Amino acid sequence: MAKMKKRSVILSILLLAVLVLVLFLIDGHASKYIIRITRLCAINIILALSMNLVQGFTGIFSLGHAGFMAIGAYSVALLTIPVAKKETIFMLEPLIAPLNTLTLPFGVALIIGGLLAAAVAFFIGLPCLRLRGDYLAIATLGFSEIIRILITNAQSLTNGAQGLKSIPKTADVWWCYGIALLTIVFIALLISSSHGRALKAIREDEIAAESMGISLLRHKMLSFMISAFLAAVGGGLYASYIGTIGPDVFQISRTYDILMIVVMGGMGSITGSVMAAFIVTIGQEWLRVLDGPLPFLSFWPENGVAGMRMVVFSLLLLVVILFFRNGLFGHKELTWSSIGNRLSRLAGHKPAKEVNGHE
Amino acid sequence: MFDLTRLLQTLTDALSLGSLYALIAIGYTMVYGVLRLINFAHGEIFMIAMYIVFYGVSMFAMPWYVTFLVTILVTALLGTAAERLAYRPLRSAPRISSLVSAIGVSYFLQNLATVIFGGRPLTFPQIELFTDVLVIGDVYIQRLSLIVPVVTAVLLLMLLFLIKRTRTGMAMRAVSRDYDAASLMGIDLNKTIAITFFIGSALAGVGAIMWGMKYTRISPTIGSMPGIKCFIAAVLGGIGNTAGAVLGGLLIGFIEIVTVALVPELSGYRDAFAFIVLIVVLLVKPTGLLGEKTTEKV
Repeated sequence: MAKMKKRSVILSILLLAVLVLVLFLIDGHASKYIIRITRLCAINIILALSMNLVQGFTGIFSLGHAGFMAIGAYSVALLTIPVAKKETIFMLEPLIAPLNTLTLPFGVALIIGGLLAAAVAFFIGLPCLRLRGDYLAIATLGFSEIIRILITNAQSLTNGAQGLKSIPKTADVWWCYGIALLTIVFIALLISSSHGRALKAIREDEIAAESMGISLLRHKMLSFMISAFLAAVGGGLYASYIGTIGPDVFQISRTYDILMIVVMGGMGSITGSVMAAFIVTIGQEWLRVLDGPLPFLSFWPENGVAGMRMVVFSLLLLVVILFFRNGLFGHKELTWSSIGNRLSRLAGHKPAKEVNGHE
Repeated sequence: MFDLTRLLQTLTDALSLGSLYALIAIGYTMVYGVLRLINFAHGEIFMIAMYIVFYGVSMFAMPWYVTFLVTILVTALLGTAAERLAYRPLRSAPRISSLVSAIGVSYFLQNLATVIFGGRPLTFPQIELFTDVLVIGDVYIQRLSLIVPVVTAVLLLMLLFLIKRTRTGMAMRAVSRDYDAASLMGIDLNKTIAITFFIGSALAGVGAIMWGMKYTRISPTIGSMPGIKCFIAAVLGGIGNTAGAVLGGLLIGFIEIVTVALVPELSGYRDAFAFIVLIVVLLVKPTGLLGEKTTEKV
């Protein structure tokens, strides 16, 4: 067992080294387009993990992610746009003090956005987390919309419907993957801690968990706030990634996009979310073909069908939930020993006894 | 500042908006009653109904009554098809799966509508019989504003008769009371659930026709906000309770219109009212105004 653990550590370090090397090559040599998609993959990993923490591990079906993302995105935008640019952006009403003369480093802005979202999550959670299942879904979705409505109306803070532009594009490959990696490690540690086990107990049976002495509200609240923090960090990176944000960016469909990744990877699987983030992000780019002309299909319009990509994408969400309800991994994790077992089974050996208790 | 004319104007506005919400809310409450599922696609079915009217009247120049009938029928079939294809296979799955499936259907229909009908808003056809403006004293009232509450009331009475007095209605009540016991008693679950979706979606079709004539702008995203609000209306009235859904719809309509009339500065926040109502209801009386109390058994 100790030998296997050592092997897993070595393999993980190797994988990390390969990843850094690949990123280094992509950052230095790949086209701008490839670099953009690579960054988006990392941002989606963060967002998917943050949603998976509440939905997959705690069993809270929260649909408020777009709202938390918006908080993070607007925090980063307002704190990092250079002062001179701010004057030209806020045409209708000037930006309120002290934001109009303030710029902070990107990392600080991300953390402030995250903390702000966590604080908002606390107040949203107080009423919402007492609700069950689908009521909670509607209530959190409602709060996400309220955040968007507030942003649209707060002209002197958010520039309203005109949105914010000239957000510095600080979020390069290293920022995105650094934070994604931190998120993965953090969630993995959290899940294997006693707090994580309490969350899983709540997911499986609230009443049983409560009777075992687990404080439902406290654990759910912590999970909800951490999730909001991470969603806001993801949103902040996203703002820096696209450079221009407005209230329309954070519609409910943003939440659905993340939901697709979580469902596909398996609710309650970290490795599943990570892999699904890559598959969905790259897949969505790849589906762009559908929006353009398809010369080999005679009935296809010459200029293509704009939006076809999203039709196929949403159909995929349905197919996954209908036919592969557990996604790629369900509750399971992809671990080195599970890969090893799979490989030895392929090679015709008897599988080694399952040693680790990952579920 | 608030004279009699404006009062009457506001009240008719509130009554007609509330009645429209009520019609859509019935669909939510019926489906939730039998399946314990928030039919996220309900708002999108409502949206597609508006496009069918648009194409029927504006593009194919069909008479309005034919278009209306076709619209209601197609909408009802669409709702039933959604149940058959996307909800029925997941009936024994965890509830979260059917919820995701419902979100998937809603997202799919919205994206499909964007491709087929285009993302740009269109203007709904005006049918003079309904959209004429009547002048009573100083009050300007669209004939539609008077038709809507009447139609809603008639449909509600018909529906209540169906639920309370017919065998189908009895089956629906049995399924919503106890799913397993109902099937053990020989009730055809699939048929009963299909009928529920058919009726709920047909009512959304009726609501869509009148909504389109009243608010005139249609776009692929038009259904999502009214959809969510009407679910809230159903919760407010007591989910699973048909009369409650109507009451909830009327209340939400009144709250929106009257609040904005009293405090015009809040008009930008209009869409947020319903959500605040939802939170208050769920905290104060989670079973809604007319709902029955249920406890979760261990």
